[in-house]
Amino acid sequence: MRRITYREALREALREEMRRDSTVFLLGEDIGRYWGGAFKVTEGLAEEFGDERVRDTPISESAIVGTAVGAAITGMRPVAEIMFGDLTTLAMDQIANQAAKIRYMFGGQTKVPLVVRTPFGAGVNIAAHHSQSLEAWYMHVPGLYVAVPSTPYDAKGLLKSAIRGNNPVIFCEHKLLYPIEGEVPEEEYTIPFGVADIKREGSDVTIVATMYMVHKALKAAEELEGEGISVEVVDPRTLTPLDKNAIISSVKKTGRLVVVSEDCKTAGVTAEIAALVAEEAIDYLDAPIKRVAEPDTPIPFSPPLEEYVIPNEKKIIKAVKEVV
Amino acid sequence: MIGVVRSLMELPKEKLVEMYRKMFEIRSFEEKVFELYAQNMVPGTIHLYAGEEAVAVGVCSNLRKNDYITSTHRGHGHCIAKGADPKKIMAEILGKKTGYCKGKGGSMHIADFSVGMLGATAVVGAGIPIAVGAGLSIKLRGTDQVVACFFGEGASNQGTFHEGINLAAIWKLPVLFICENNLYAMGTRQSRVMLIKNIADRAAAYGIPGVVVDGNDVLAVYEAAGKAVERARKGEGPTLIECKTYRHKGHSRIDPAKYRPREEVEEWLRKDPIKRFKEKLLKEKLLSEVEIQGIEMEVTNEIEKAVKFAVESPYPKPEEALEDVYA
Ligand SMILES: Cc1ncc(C[n+]2csc(CCOP(=O)(O)OP(=O)(O)O)c2C)c(N)n1
Repeated sequence: MRRITYREALREALREEMRRDSTVFLLGEDIGRYWGGAFKVTEGLAEEFGDERVRDTPISESAIVGTAVGAAITGMRPVAEIMFGDLTTLAMDQIANQAAKIRYMFGGQTKVPLVVRTPFGAGVNIAAHHSQSLEAWYMHVPGLYVAVPSTPYDAKGLLKSAIRGNNPVIFCEHKLLYPIEGEVPEEEYTIPFGVADIKREGSDVTIVATMYMVHKALKAAEELEGEGISVEVVDPRTLTPLDKNAIISSVKKTGRLVVVSEDCKTAGVTAEIAALVAEEAIDYLDAPIKRVAEPDTPIPFSPPLEEYVIPNEKKIIKAVKEVV
Repeated sequence: MIGVVRSLMELPKEKLVEMYRKMFEIRSFEEKVFELYAQNMVPGTIHLYAGEEAVAVGVCSNLRKNDYITSTHRGHGHCIAKGADPKKIMAEILGKKTGYCKGKGGSMHIADFSVGMLGATAVVGAGIPIAVGAGLSIKLRGTDQVVACFFGEGASNQGTFHEGINLAAIWKLPVLFICENNLYAMGTRQSRVMLIKNIADRAAAYGIPGVVVDGNDVLAVYEAAGKAVERARKGEGPTLIECKTYRHKGHSRIDPAKYRPREEVEEWLRKDPIKRFKEKLLKEKLLSEVEIQGIEMEVTNEIEKAVKFAVESPYPKPEEALEDVYA
């Protein structure tokens, strides 16, 4: 099958949905013809669709998302780009109080078909204002969906569903994923929200991982196979809705769970998934649940410091060996 | 020495020497950072201040050591102008333990509280309300300090700009809002994101003075900032000063800045603030060629020492990542 990058897969999804539906439009800082997006995801789209539908904005995150909300409740399907995930905090009111609550609070009169695309994640030494992983913040807001694609295939299929869906979606990308390649069919497909993907089958231990951590988990799994430990890697693909069944079924099969995520440990993605299994499948566990996450610090700049706090294969392998 | 400079002659020679030295120091520093970056010695990204030296130096030459500044992602020049030690700035940029932030901050997040440099934030516009808060603290503590808040024209489209300036205005806080208008925010030309030409016009909306100055003329900046400092120290409130300037390089790292017309770049290179100041000093016979060469050599040596210090310094120990989260 054809191989393309995560970046290209996202761009294809945007292009296809814009061709398919004239209400879809993009807005964000430097996403247009002069820069093509800080990570080049939207490169070439302004040339095809024009500056009206690929709108460069001032540096005004709150207004970008707020404007998208207003357009979404009046018949458009905006896809906003926030240049760095950390900067979604500037639009927090519009995301968490407005986009997420408008439908519910107004008694279901309207819907908010809005996508906010943004890159999270560390690993490129740009310190605490440009490296966070804040997915869990958005899991905490009822009314929002949270997508966390780890491969080009998932990125394209999920983005198309996000754009066609009728709910506000925080579409989490990862800086280190943009250049990675993977198989993506030429023909049309979408991936429904709330359906996990088993990225590798195994029988001794379940690793639930998201985004860039899926790749580290897969590398760890390969190494562990050499030592006779069979690892299953479950990628939820969306955190809201969360495919609880897939996670629980895997745990029922393996009896062991390691949860890996790049965000902070406290009240984070790993906490939610561990709690789910503790609540609903504890009888199937043969060992305590292990979590591999960021140790509750801001992301430091200097390479040895950053490396120390970000989960890696070594830490994953260590956690697996503690439970098998 | 605060106040209005009618001509160069009114400034003591030491002041002129100091201003030239600082501008040259910033330029040499940034050239070194660029070189080190090209040699893969700088982790992450860099945003160079080269071309905008007259702004930081013109403003900070009016400030005392205990006055404050806030800075941005393009902050090396602000640090140097406020009197921070280039050795520790360079060490921070290379991620070393001996850097100002022990390697936790890097190029975009340098602070030196010992000289009133309250820190650079990489979140565009975030420093504006923080500067206002420092101004409020000055007022509450009853001192005559002032705050200079640096930000780009791109930042002036953030809510923080409008909310912050309005607060400073109604509370008459001693803040200088220094807009470094270098025409572009990343690839976005100012004219594409605002209908007005002068950011300073926005001051009228908040009832404070707004001034436009040639940001490549250090004396013009010095004079405008001097007036604003005087006003602030007297408790008359904030001023918005817009300095028209230009960054010599791309936005960051290896941005080739193809969105800028070549003639425009060339025109601004001709208006290089250091070259202009030097020509003026020579023409008015305030400094001789020999004196200028002396300054330049001293600075070059100092920067070499800063690089050596930074390169030879150790990295922090990995576990140090866990320190300083809480006081
Ligand atoms: C809130 C926020 N939005 C976007 C960015 C990404 N970004 C970094 S610098 C920059 C341009 C800033 O332009 P300006 O304020 O004019 O300063 P300049 O870079 O020109 O000095 C952008 C968009 C950011 N760091 N913070």
